Amino acid sequence: MFESQILSWLVFLPVLGALAMPLARNDKGAKILALAVSGLTMLISFWLWVAFIDGSSRMQFEINLPWATDLGIRYHLGLDGLSLVLIVMTTALSFLAILSSWNTIKDSVKGFYASLLILLTGMIGVFVSLDLFLFYVFWEVMLIPMYFLIGIWGGPRRIYASIKFVLFTMFGSLLMLVALLYLYFEYHAQTGVYSFDLLSMYDLNIAPGPQGLLFLAFGLAFAIKVPIWPLHTWLPDAHVQAPTAGSVILAGVLLKMGAYGFLRICLPIFPEASLDYAPLMITLAIIGIIYGALVAMVQKDVKSLVAFSSVSHLGFVMLGIFAFNLEGMEGSVLQMVNHGISTGALFLIVGMLYERRHTRMISEFGGLAKVMPVFATAFMIITLSSIGLPLTNGFVGEFMILLGAFKANWVYGALATTGVVLAAVYMLWMFQRVIWGKLDNEENKKLLDLTTLEKAVLLPLIVVIFWIGLAPNAMFEKIEPPVARILMEVKRADNAREYFGEEMFEEQTPGTLSSGGASAENFVRE
Amino acid sequence: MNTLLPIIPLAPLAGFLVNFVFAGKLSKRTVSLVACGSVFVLLAISIKLFFDLLSLPADERVIKDVWFNWMSVGSFSVDFSFLLDPLSAIMVLVVSGVGLLIHIYSIGYMSNDPGYGRYFSYLNLFTFSMLTLVLAGNFLLMFVGWEGVGLCSYLLIGFWFERQSASDAGKKAFIVNRIGDFGMLLGMFIIFWAVGSLDFQTVFAKAPVAFAAGGGLITAATLMLFLGAAGKSAQIPLYVWLPDAMEGPTPVSALIHAATMVTAGVYLLARTSILFVMAPTTMLVVAIVGCATAFFAATIGLFQNDIKRVLAYSTISQLGYMFMACGVAAFGAGIFHLMTHAFFKALLFLGAGSVIHAMSNEQDMRKMGGLKKYLPTTYLTFIVATLAISGIPGMSGFFSKDEILWKSFSSEYGHPIFWVVGLITALLTAFYMFRLVYMTFFGKERMDEKTKSHLHESPRVMTVPLVILAVLSVIGGWIGIPHIFGATNYFELWLAPVFAQTEGLISSGAVHGAVSTEWTLMITAVVLIVGSILLARHYFLKHPESAEKAKESFAGLHRLLYGKYFIDELYQKFIIRPIHVFSLALWKIVDVVIIDGLINGGAYLVGGVSKVLRLVQTGRLTSYATAFTIGVLILAGAALIAYVSGTSLTSLGQR
Repeated sequence: MFESQILSWLVFLPVLGALAMPLARNDKGAKILALAVSGLTMLISFWLWVAFIDGSSRMQFEINLPWATDLGIRYHLGLDGLSLVLIVMTTALSFLAILSSWNTIKDSVKGFYASLLILLTGMIGVFVSLDLFLFYVFWEVMLIPMYFLIGIWGGPRRIYASIKFVLFTMFGSLLMLVALLYLYFEYHAQTGVYSFDLLSMYDLNIAPGPQGLLFLAFGLAFAIKVPIWPLHTWLPDAHVQAPTAGSVILAGVLLKMGAYGFLRICLPIFPEASLDYAPLMITLAIIGIIYGALVAMVQKDVKSLVAFSSVSHLGFVMLGIFAFNLEGMEGSVLQMVNHGISTGALFLIVGMLYERRHTRMISEFGGLAKVMPVFATAFMIITLSSIGLPLTNGFVGEFMILLGAFKANWVYGALATTGVVLAAVYMLWMFQRVIWGKLDNEENKKLLDLTTLEKAVLLPLIVVIFWIGLAPNAMFEKIEPPVARILMEVKRADNAREYFGEEMFEEQTPGTLSSGGASAENFVRE
Repeated sequence: MNTLLPIIPLAPLAGFLVNFVFAGKLSKRTVSLVACGSVFVLLAISIKLFFDLLSLPADERVIKDVWFNWMSVGSFSVDFSFLLDPLSAIMVLVVSGVGLLIHIYSIGYMSNDPGYGRYFSYLNLFTFSMLTLVLAGNFLLMFVGWEGVGLCSYLLIGFWFERQSASDAGKKAFIVNRIGDFGMLLGMFIIFWAVGSLDFQTVFAKAPVAFAAGGGLITAATLMLFLGAAGKSAQIPLYVWLPDAMEGPTPVSALIHAATMVTAGVYLLARTSILFVMAPTTMLVVAIVGCATAFFAATIGLFQNDIKRVLAYSTISQLGYMFMACGVAAFGAGIFHLMTHAFFKALLFLGAGSVIHAMSNEQDMRKMGGLKKYLPTTYLTFIVATLAISGIPGMSGFFSKDEILWKSFSSEYGHPIFWVVGLITALLTAFYMFRLVYMTFFGKERMDEKTKSHLHESPRVMTVPLVILAVLSVIGGWIGIPHIFGATNYFELWLAPVFAQTEGLISSGAVHGAVSTEWTLMITAVVLIVGSILLARHYFLKHPESAEKAKESFAGLHRLLYGKYFIDELYQKFIIRPIHVFSLALWKIVDVVIIDGLINGGAYLVGGVSKVLRLVQTGRLTSYATAFTIGVLILAGAALIAYVSGTSLTSLGQR
């Protein structure tokens, strides 16, 4: 019972915790409850990591039960390597975000933790849903707690930021809903059955016209979440106003929803349209990389600097996805995780500064290495991971993406690689102004170094930074089969087309299949 | 599998971890013991491995060690693999040998610094990165070391982070190096794209087949690699970070910014020489850039007054020499000069450090003078190094410099112009070095009384490394004596197997010029260099007032050279500033005004339309009824048309 329903436990445990929140006797009880529930969820995800069978793209731990039978809606959950790495990152980041809020959230404590737990359910739900209707429900579930997190526990301009966030996202969601229904009827028209089953949709052959529109409708919803330039302007506002835990989750997980949507839905269901729109997507991705970096350079607020750096980093992720080769795509999935860790950690760092000084203006700081040496060291390591220094996680992901992009078209690779230079410029300049220099601001002279709790929050992230940097194969083994399968879906549609160079087919596919340790049949669904 | 090879980089890594994790908790004695001990272990193993290599037949001198598979994605796979061959063996010996001396010297130099533990941990981290760089068996692992040394350089330049100039310099070094790394990355992409591997041995074996010699692909790949090399080794146009790097502690300047890290670019070119000789265009670019940098930096060195700045420009100039050697396919000569330069330039910097130490941190030579009687050991060793860098016969620098000059004249890729510019650079070098010596150690004592009362020779822990380096600066060249002296060039022989394939790719390998020409050129050079030294003696020792006069009559030139051609100012004005303004415009105009304006405008539009539409909701039943009727009629009409034409929603999608 427990094992066969493990994904249900994973998804709904947090929301059960949220429902139990009113029973907590006081704020401390609420904190302990939230920490325990998110901790348990994290442990379940770790268990899944261990029990997961590598080398296959099949869904594992599947649950497939009828829900609204007449409408063909099913309660269908499942997990492949792609979902798995993102889920483990999600649960771990949520746990750390909750831990980091221990001393910082003082108003409506129960509501805060309940929101975070509901959010956790929504996020895991999106990653395990194999029914489009279910996917949509979880997608929307994420929106509400985030709205509250920004709107209630946020900074001075929280109302503007939260409304902007909701409007952007809702706009995308509505288009997605329309497209979803169209897909539902299309499926019926082609098979005579009403169904929202995600994996069955992969077999549809949708006419080019509608396919393009559907791609755009889903794509717009996902592009806003990523966010792809020029749909990114909600992000800096949301980040600057959100509380630390909200920023960590927003950057760490919510942004990945968009990229995940492209990989799970857009590419395999609308392969021809994906190929058609690839040049556009890549162009926007490259603009995002350079634009995000340049604008990050001139920010005065640390948090909005990190927010714009996310635009740049997510540009890399989109570039890798639409490079349509294993290097690029696997690099992208890894970079999704990396960005969660590094940028999540950066937001935690910024939060620690904010707690001490109640400002995030770069000009207010300087010389902190003198009073906060441990903090400075942690900040340094995380900065280096963010700019992709070799032996940290960021390097592996970025290198793979750039290699993939270069293989697809050397111009893409060359343009995007400038982002590597720019990242060093804005991150090191910020680091210099905050950590180095003279300690000349009176208010900074008495700052205390990291507390044990803060160290406990940052240490696991730093360990993972080096772990992925040194042994990324542990991730690639999990990522490769599902990515290869998505790539096969795209390539199958491409058989008659000449978008790919010949070499892609001849060199990559056989290498893929043998190194993935699985035969071709494994990738093709039963 | 050789079990000792992994210990080479791991020893300093362990030293780093101990000093880093327990920073501030260990006594200075323990810190220095751990740091120097780890490098000592490393040196001992390097020597042992050197003899292991020596005992093998010449063409089998390769030890390879694969630790584990680092990453593999699809057809891309890279190992943590290490490669020890005659080339990397020389580098390892230089890094560990000079490195150990500088570690020991630092015990004295840094003894009063509160960041003692931090300093030594960075120094060990640097040693680890540098060894990874030179021992890597593939491009990607080399890149780990490549960026690793860049990081350490950044941390050590900005070691005194409270000084604005130091933290600026650290950042500048990292960013300029990143521009070079951009080239490295693209170079790797091209190589992987063409060859399907990043493993050195595989790439070099397949390169002649995978690339068309002289083709666009190999030219692009090598130019990109050269961009990386130019960044790390401070060549035009990316040299600007190195003079500023002098903000770091002086032993750091000696180790990183003179002897080892900055020579990584030369090592890269020698390592990938097979690729470079397949691209004659790139070779020409390398030779020209190297030659131009050598000359250009030497001219700047003429008029600097900061003792470390003179040495910094001198380093850039000497690195230019090494690149010129690579550009004319004299890779062995480049590596030879790399080694001798490591000895004498490390010595010069450490000597300068000793002077600065004695002068209570004063670096301006105008406030020095007459120091030879206060610092006898420093003075003597400094003279040895100056003679070596000037290329006085018998000293190490003479042999390596002479070989480069000869090859730049005689090689198939060479040209008399390279020789002429190289020679002029050598004259300038001798001139500014003796200017430095005369201003520092001779003449009037120009320091104030307080500084003067503190003048003292450095402690033993600092002078012993100076003496050892001085010995190496003399005898270091004796292993590479040119053939015309009738001796065996052991250095060339040792490296021969590494460059065997490269030599094979150079079409004829013919040497232009006879033995008599070689003698003539050599003697000309020596005579002119001695003349140049005498000129410096005239201006800066005998008649300092004539130097002032000369300065005035060439005021414009002096201003240009003293101002370093105002290159930094040009970069600031024409690159950095415009990017900054452009970025601000992107943010304030594109983001805030255009994108958000459109979106907020859209929101207001919806608000406005709603206001109008609200008027429709009159509350009068009749108007609702009218609207309702019209709506029904439209729908019914639409349904009728759809029925007639036989189209339905679902079939529309199926079409």
